[in-house]
This record gives sequence, structure tokens and C-alpha cells, in this order.
Amino acid sequence: MNMLRRHKPLLILAAVLLCLPLVLPNNFYYDIAIRMAINAIIVLGLNLLIGFAGQISLGHAGFIGIGAYASAILPTHFNWHPLLAMVAGAVGASVVAAIVARPIFRLKGHYLAMATLGLGIIIAIVIKNEATYTGGPDGMPVPALGIGSFSINGEKQWYWVLAALLLFSFWASRNLIDSPFGRALRALHGSEVASQVMGVDVVRYKVAIFILSAFFASLMGSVTAHYIGFVTPNIADFFHSIELVTMVVVGGMASIYGSLIGAVLLTALPQALSTFEGWETVVFGSILIFCMIFMPRGLVPTLAERFGGRGEDA
Amino acid sequence: MALLDVENLSIAFGGVKAVQNVSFSVEKGIVYSVIGPNGAGKTTLFNLITGVYTPSEGEIRLDGNSIAGAAPHELALRGMARTFQNLQVCMNMSALENVMVGAHLKLDRNLIKAMLRFPSLARRDDQLRDEARELMRFVGLEAYWNLGANSMPYGALKRLEIARALAAKPRILFLDEPAAGLNSKETAEIDELVQKVAESGITVVLVEHDMKMVMNISDRILVLDYGKKLAEGTAQEVRDNPDVIAAYLGSTV
Amino acid sequence: MSQFLQFLFSGITVGATYALAALGFTLIYNASNVINFAQGEFIMLGGMLVFFFLQAGLPMPVAIFLAIAIPAIVGMLIEKFTIEPAREADVVTLIIITIGVSLVIRGVIQVWLGKGTHSYPAFSGNDPILIGGATLLPQSLWVLGITALVVVALWYFFSRTLAGKAILATSCNPLAAQLVGVNTQWVLLVSFALSAALGAIGGVLLTPITLTSYDVGIMLGLKGFVAVVVGGLGSGLGAVVGGLLVGIIEAMAAGYISSAYKDAVPFILILVILFFLPRGIFGAKVTERV
Repeated sequence: MNMLRRHKPLLILAAVLLCLPLVLPNNFYYDIAIRMAINAIIVLGLNLLIGFAGQISLGHAGFIGIGAYASAILPTHFNWHPLLAMVAGAVGASVVAAIVARPIFRLKGHYLAMATLGLGIIIAIVIKNEATYTGGPDGMPVPALGIGSFSINGEKQWYWVLAALLLFSFWASRNLIDSPFGRALRALHGSEVASQVMGVDVVRYKVAIFILSAFFASLMGSVTAHYIGFVTPNIADFFHSIELVTMVVVGGMASIYGSLIGAVLLTALPQALSTFEGWETVVFGSILIFCMIFMPRGLVPTLAERFGGRGEDA
Repeated sequence: MALLDVENLSIAFGGVKAVQNVSFSVEKGIVYSVIGPNGAGKTTLFNLITGVYTPSEGEIRLDGNSIAGAAPHELALRGMARTFQNLQVCMNMSALENVMVGAHLKLDRNLIKAMLRFPSLARRDDQLRDEARELMRFVGLEAYWNLGANSMPYGALKRLEIARALAAKPRILFLDEPAAGLNSKETAEIDELVQKVAESGITVVLVEHDMKMVMNISDRILVLDYGKKLAEGTAQEVRDNPDVIAAYLGSTV
Repeated sequence: MSQFLQFLFSGITVGATYALAALGFTLIYNASNVINFAQGEFIMLGGMLVFFFLQAGLPMPVAIFLAIAIPAIVGMLIEKFTIEPAREADVVTLIIITIGVSLVIRGVIQVWLGKGTHSYPAFSGNDPILIGGATLLPQSLWVLGITALVVVALWYFFSRTLAGKAILATSCNPLAAQLVGVNTQWVLLVSFALSAALGAIGGVLLTPITLTSYDVGIMLGLKGFVAVVVGGLGSGLGAVVGGLLVGIIEAMAAGYISSAYKDAVPFILILVILFFLPRGIFGAKVTERV
């Protein structure tokens, strides 16, 4: 019984992912679903950092860029196997995160926002400028992802890959939150001094979750690059970082379901807005402002409370 | 050897000397109270001993080992736990989870195992859930075990902090005004709880304004005034000390 | 030597604009503890509006006046409709709100005036002045002169006028200020208007040298914020010194190291500063109390 209750959300998500192909009419919709899943996984990782641990990052697209370009550059210029390149990218992003994290997380609030933002911008500038390897502002093609003669091709195959990744991320995030590590993370958000007194080395935990979210962001950067088959510096820019933070806060900080909902809604939004040619930025900004003023906790926790559910169960 | 030794402890904020040359020692297994008027430096003293502040001067020893300047999480590892005068409950978590955080150091904190929910870790967590619930019963909060901390009343939150501190299985527990803001019935209950805690073998260091409670349960009492030690001794000795009567107790006892 | 002077000139010219933006950040931060990530958009608005009004046929002085007055009004609207309703929110929420504001301003300009790059003639011609083998544009003198004037005016305002002191009092302790009769809501409005105007002035002055487009705000604003952190959050003098320093270091790095990495320099600088001097050069030392 307890087992069933525990895994109910996971089973529901699995069912949705299984049934979705029945209603997706063509590759255009598959494509949107895939992008939603990619964003959802990144946002899950980012929400662990922002929502659960209460630390902001305005430079996460930088880590995505590291992964994407590792998957583009290493196989193209150095003949690495794409999987190895993907892992190398994720490790590289983690190392970058680890180097800056200790000094960064001694900072709070505005300073932390600024430091992460600066980091993201530096990564983006490096990508833009090292044209010999990255192709500069024009970007570069990315080889297909595969093992031996098999490679992942087409929207339908990618859909199943991402469905599996999403399920795993969802499951792992829930596990993490409901573990000694996850409780320490939430406790340092709730009261830093209390968690210290209980034995939580707060800087270590902030650093660990920052590295973890950077690792997953980089992996998903690689996946994005392979899926699209082409990568441009836009993937690492400030606006992309802001998009991801928006998904976190609109869906709901410290809410696993919120991460899914936020990613789904804001990935769909540009498609829905394509008729408003040019107004996307304005709408995006308005949503941010509106959400932060009227439901600062985000969509899912606010609705959950309104309809009697328990907020932190999400 | 005393469990806790404090020698010439001082801290200054800017020009204000909040604690000046305070020395005392706490024997194992007793209830040791720190009293004094508002602003006497009691909470600051707690913050110094538990590592929240770094002393400007002086020495603190636990079991004879120097701990002055150590970080709070290192002190927790050595068996120190505390509560706060102004509540420091994690309102983003459930009551039970708050207590579970107290046991942080007793658990497997591995990130990978947590994400993959290793069976050993899951089993220990389930077990901990029961222990935490038992602790909530011990402090009289069984009615709240399933609630979010943000939906608990003030008095319950004060007890929740005690339960959380106990979950760490400390050797020495610092309670900073556990009865502050409570009515006389609740105060009596806290009084009883502190005694229960002391009987379980935990050394208790208590800051409290409620004189009846302090005189009742303390083995020894330290009186602070303007950041300095005014007197120290048993309840009787402190009560009879003319300096104390003049400075502090004169009007109330 | 002449090369060094050349880099120095271009550094302090851009640095003066950063200083104005940094003063804007500082004003709002002191009055409300908000870091206004939309600050850079005021710089962009200043330049773009002058361009627009000149095109519409208005004379330069009128165009400049409007290009400063309109952002000031926009600043007040931002305070009234986005900051005030979220007064009690935490730092992260407020940061995100101002980022939202910045996106809206940038988006509106993009739709209205397009994605093109624009400029307008310098205020007093383009005949360079030769100093020690380096050339200085007359417009640079305008930038430096006006910035100096603004800094002096601000100093006078805050230390010699009642309104300025009311703002300082509010930043020190809003409740106490309210109790002695300061209208703190008014103080917030004025701070936003003033800091928007400061940003716009920077944009108006700099555009003939650097050109402008709908998307220059973010980078200029961020560099202004770097200047704030370099100088120490909350310090007016620090903002000015920080702005000039960031401009000079950026110009030197562009000249002597790599112009491609010019934009990265302030951010490398900020990481270095945050690592080693987290309170900046002029920031106060604060002990956190529990």
C-alpha cells in the first residue's frame, strides 16, 4: 500500500508518457514533446538548487552550453565517441561548477545572482569567440548519437529516449528530496543557522547540489545538441538561463510537479505565441512579473493549496 | 573533568562588549542555567559556545578539547545541540521532517545513494520516521506529526525545536528560553519536559526568564549582567547573593 | 604611451556611463533593497528615444529632454506597479520581477523601433582633439562633463536638501523615517525616477560614440552592476569609482589582450572581486546577527 502510494505519481507520469504517442498527430508535435521533456529535466535539476535549497543561478545555460559543445566539438574535431564526449562534457561542467562554487556560495542574494550570471556570460562569450572549434556565432553541426551501427534517429526514437530520461529524473528527484541529503538541503533553505547547528555543513550541500544541477544541465545540453543535430551559441546565452529560471518559478519553487508543469507551459508558450510575431519577449516578461507578484510560490503549490492538497507533497 | 569549560570568554560587536571575561564550567549530567536581565548577553553566550559567533577572546573546551571558533556543524558532530530563542524552525518542511533533520549526522548522507534510493538508506529512513514520531510523542506533539511546520502554533514550535535537538542524541543540550512567550500552564509543561530530558542523562544548559522554573530545576546557576559574570552557584547561593538581589532578583523574589 | 592614453580615454568614457548606471543601482538599492536588473534598459531607452524623436523631426534639446523624462516616468511606473505590490517578497523574487520588467521594456522597443542599430550625430561635431598623441572625441568630453555635473548635483541633493536627506533616512531605517514624517512611498518613486533618469542620461550621451539597439541594455546594465559590486553595494562614491574602474580595465584588456573578450572582462573581474573582496572596495563591513 505504502509502496503504491509512494510510486503513484511516477506511475501516472509513465502512463501519460506511454499514451502520449497515441494522440501526437505528427513530428511537429513530437518535437514539442521532446523539447518539453528536455526542459523539464533541466528544470528539475535547477529547482533542486533554486526551490529546494533556496540558491539562485542565473547562469545555468552556460552549463548546458558546455555539454552541447562538448558533444559537438569532441567527436567532430577529435574523433571522440559521442557518449564519451557527453560524459566528458558533464564532467567538465561539474568541474567548472566545483571550481567556482566554494567562493560563490559564501555569497548570498544579489551577489550570488551576479556571480552565477557572470559565469554564464563568460562561458557564452568563450563559445562565441573560439570560432576555430565552435564555428563562432554561426554554430556547428553535431554528429548523430549512437553505438556501433545503431544511432538514434527521428523524432519518434528520440521521444522514447527522453521519456525514459524524464521518468528517471523524476524518480531520482523525488528520492533525493525525501532523503537525508534532501532534507538537509531543504533545512538550510528553511533556516540556515538551525541546519548548521544540526550538523549540516551548509556550504558543502550548496556546492554539491550546484554541481549536480550543472552535471544534469550539461547532459541535457548534449542531448539537445544531438537531437537537433546543430548547435549555436544561443543555447548558452543569458536569455536561455532566464527562460529556465522562469520555468522554475512559474511552475513552482520546491515543487517536483511544478518543474514539469513550468517546463511544459513555457515550452508551449512560444508556439502558442507565434501568431504574435515579435511580442514573445514582452509576454514572457509579463508572465514573470505577474507570477512573482500574484503567486510567488508558483502555479502548482498555489493551486495545490487552493484545492486542499498539501503543498510540500508536491 | 567538567564536560564544558568556558574561560575568559569575550566578544565585542563594534564597540559594544556583549560578553566580557565570562568563565564557568558545566559538569556532566546536570541542569545548568544562565539568567540575567534582557541584554545581559545570555543568547550571545550561547551563540559563542555553539559556534554561531566566533569569540574575540577566551577559551571554550568540551571534554578538555578546545572548540573556540569551530563551526556549528563541527560542534554538532561532538554532541552539541541547541534550540533558539527566536524560532528557527524550517517552515518549508513538515513537523516530522524537522525532527528528522535533527538526526542528520546519524544518517547516510550520500547523494548518489539517495537519488537511487538504496534499500539500506530507505530502510533507515523508515526507521528514523518512527523514531522521530516517538520523539514528537515524548515532547507532547503527537497531534501534529502529520502537519507542515507552518501550520503549528507558537507553543508547539518551541517543543518541536526541542524534539529536533533531541533527535541528534546530544550529550549537551542548550535551550534558549524554551518557555518564552508561553502561558503558565505551557511553561509548567516545558518545565516538566526539561526535567525529563535531564533525567535521560543529557546535560542541559538553559537560558530562561521564568525564575520559578529556573530555581526549580537547576543544579547550578550563572548570573550575567551587562555581559559580565555577576554570580554563580546553586539556586540557594544565587538567591542569597546580595549582588544578585540588588541587580536582578531584588524586585521579583 | 599614446596607445595607453587612447585606451584610457575610451575606458573612462564608457566607464562614466557605467558609473551613471551604477549610481542608479545604488539609489534604488539604498531606498528599497532591490537590485533593479532593468537598470540597463534605461540606458538603452535614452539612446533609442533620442534617435526616435530626432527622426520624428524634433530638435535635439527637446529630443534629449523627452528621452530622459520618459524613462523617469517609466521608472516610477515600474516602482508603482511591480515593486510596490511585492514589497515583502524575498530577494530572489524581486530579482526575477525586475528581470521581467527588463524583458518587457526591451520587447516593446524591439517591436516599436525594430532590431536595427542606430545612432545620431555627436553634440558638437566629430573633430578629434589631440592629447599626447592620442585622440579624444568631443563627445567624450560631453560624457565626462555631464557625468561630473550629475555626480556633483547628486552629492548636493543628498547632503544639502531636505528631500535628499529624506531618501537617505528612508534607506537607513524606513520605519523611523516614516515616524518622523517622511513619505516613504514618495521616496521610492523618486528613487526609481532618478535612477531611470541617470541611466537614460548615460545612454543619451554614449550613443553617438557606441551606437545603440534594442538589446544593448542587458550588457550595459550588467556592467553597471559589476561596477556597483566593485565599488561596494550601497556606496555612492564606490559606484562612481567602480564604474570608471570597470570601464578602464575593460578598455585596457580589449586593447592589450583581446578585443574579442572585451565583454567578458567585467565578469571575470567580478568573479575575482567576489572571491577575494566580497564587500567590494568601499563596502561596509557587516556582522550578521542571529
